[in-house]
Amino acid sequence: MSVKLTTRQVGDVTVIDAAGRITLGEGSSTFRDSIKDLTTKGHKKVLLNLAEVSYIDSSGIGELVSGFTTVSNAGGNLKLLNLTKRIHDLLQITKLYTIFEVFDDEAKGLASFN
Amino acid sequence: MSNLENPNNVIVDEYLESSLDSVDSSEERAKTVAEQVGLPEDDAYQVGYAVREAMVNAIVHGNRYSANKRVHFVLSRTESSIQVLIEDEGTGFQPERQADPLAEENLLSQSGRGIMIIRSFVDEFVIEKAEHGGTRVVLRKSIPPGT
Repeated sequence: MSVKLTTRQVGDVTVIDAAGRITLGEGSSTFRDSIKDLTTKGHKKVLLNLAEVSYIDSSGIGELVSGFTTVSNAGGNLKLLNLTKRIHDLLQITKLYTIFEVFDDEAKGLASFN
Repeated sequence: MSNLENPNNVIVDEYLESSLDSVDSSEERAKTVAEQVGLPEDDAYQVGYAVREAMVNAIVHGNRYSANKRVHFVLSRTESSIQVLIEDEGTGFQPERQADPLAEENLLSQSGRGIMIIRSFVDEFVIEKAEHGGTRVVLRKSIPPGT
């Protein structure tokens, strides 16, 4: 299963609920297109919920970083929510934990934008 | 040269086409075999992950998706480990030229993390030039004693 992205608006924060695998190919491009689309439409507060993402490869990690950069360059912020242990470990190994703001509570994640 | 063991039980020995389907299938086979030989779930996941990353390197950067090039995929077990050889038909790879993905100035790079993750997921990882000029990698994960 490739990644499935569902977007919802909570106040001025856009929450992306991701599910499946973010890997080289379709999964990565789906994610990239979605982030570009959001920033084009002026969404600058993005909370990416990875609770249902079962797997992310290095290409997918690259897309997370690219998404972070894209939103930041548009003057916004992309933050992460609900990492599985495996994704958490990958962010530790790659030192990306120092880049991303990460939350395990949606309310706290939402509040952090204000 | 590495101290990788000579495999005494070859489980898979195939030449795969340069496609993302080959990446998926080799990852799945490696993970399944790792589980079958008794590796804990997390270790089996790491073997599958490492194989996926190495296959992506072989197919995307080595063979460049060429329909005329194959990836040699050999999965074997020794007494104490599971071992995977992946060899492409590209023009070679120089790992020393890779930027350090953990350097502060590279943290926001979109790519370049695969090999570092492989190294952290397996017990031994060797990159060498194959006889025909491509790149051969061998990765090994230990099987816990008593398994």
